[in-house]
Amino acid sequence: MNHEKMIAYMHEYLDEEISAEDEKELKEHLQQCKECFTHFHELEKSMALVKSIAHIQAPSDFTANVMSKLPKEKKKVGLQRWFRHHPLLTAASLFMVLMMGSLVSTWNAEQDLSVSKQPNLIVRNDTVIVPEGEVVTGDIVVRNGTIRIEGQVEGNVTIINGEKYMASAGEVTGEIKEVNAIFEWIWYHLKSGAREIVNLFNDEKGEEQSLDVAVFHPYIY
Amino acid sequence: MEAIIKKRIKQVLKGDQDAYAEIVEIFKDKIFQLCYRMLGNRHEAEDMAQEAFIRAYVNITSFNINLKFSTWLYRIATNLCIDRIRKKKPDFYLDAEVAGTDGLTMYSQVPAETTLPEEEVESIELQDTIQREISKLPEKYRTVIVLKYIEELSLNEISEILDMPLGTVKTRIHRGREALRQQLRNV
Ligand SMILES: [Zn+2]
Repeated sequence: MNHEKMIAYMHEYLDEEISAEDEKELKEHLQQCKECFTHFHELEKSMALVKSIAHIQAPSDFTANVMSKLPKEKKKVGLQRWFRHHPLLTAASLFMVLMMGSLVSTWNAEQDLSVSKQPNLIVRNDTVIVPEGEVVTGDIVVRNGTIRIEGQVEGNVTIINGEKYMASAGEVTGEIKEVNAIFEWIWYHLKSGAREIVNLFNDEKGEEQSLDVAVFHPYIY
Repeated sequence: MEAIIKKRIKQVLKGDQDAYAEIVEIFKDKIFQLCYRMLGNRHEAEDMAQEAFIRAYVNITSFNINLKFSTWLYRIATNLCIDRIRKKKPDFYLDAEVAGTDGLTMYSQVPAETTLPEEEVESIELQDTIQREISKLPEKYRTVIVLKYIEELSLNEISEILDMPLGTVKTRIHRGREALRQQLRNV
């Protein structure tokens, strides 16, 4: 008898791929041949032993550990979900994010002198002059520069990131405000932009598109 | 089950990271077990199993949603373990030792005043012995034996996971069985 052939049959049997005919032949052989019987028994026993150790479990904190190690950039949906569930806080966050995002960038971007346009204002280098004897009507806003008030201003004067000099003859009928810190700058915008923000809130509901813009603002900075 | 997994994958693809936690829950024991039996070391197994899930997540866009997710995940985990085994080959016997000390760690976690029932000690010793013998198998036989007898996967699934012809899988299983027969006959 061919033992090698019988060993091949044993493996076919263990893989459950043996034909009925070959299986019969194998069984008959195993009853007669001690050597093959032992071989087959050892195969079955060793596989039973291997199977017997198959009950190990992952550590209890496994999933938490995996989740904490995932890359963070896909948190976007999580934020959107959060926003949907907290509409009021969303409004507040959106407000802050938009304010911080756009205003900080504006603050940093505007380094050049800018001034509201009134025909009788004189601009010399970084200095804006309200000439002596002239009356400037309307509010004046000066950014990144100095204002010398020698004449009269009929309105408010706002100086952002700059300085003011009042001549003795100078006169401002409205308020004079100096905005030199970033938070004041934001506050200034909050007050002047309040109406636009209210409109924004009204449009916000249910629009994830606009949320996306808001959400991604912080990552830029 | 397959339907739930597909649904969660679609959520993950949309960027919903939390949906991935459920996928990890479903497969964590299987993948951890695969890594543990391949590497014979609990600590390494945890590292590799975590790495497998992280890689699957990072590469989820390259997963074909019409295929079986478990096959793909098993492939990632198996390849990671095989790479690991190949890298540490010079330390092979050292690691076999580590497999044994894992059982000792289990003893030391038992409070001193309580003693393990004798049969439980025997069972732990037997498990360590079996694990050590599996660890001695060349990696190509070890892989198919673990997939077939520990993970209880079909030959066809194993062939897909390893991207290997069915005939090769069968040959390796036969040789792996023969090797284990000799190693475990006197246990
Ligand atoms: Zn025989």
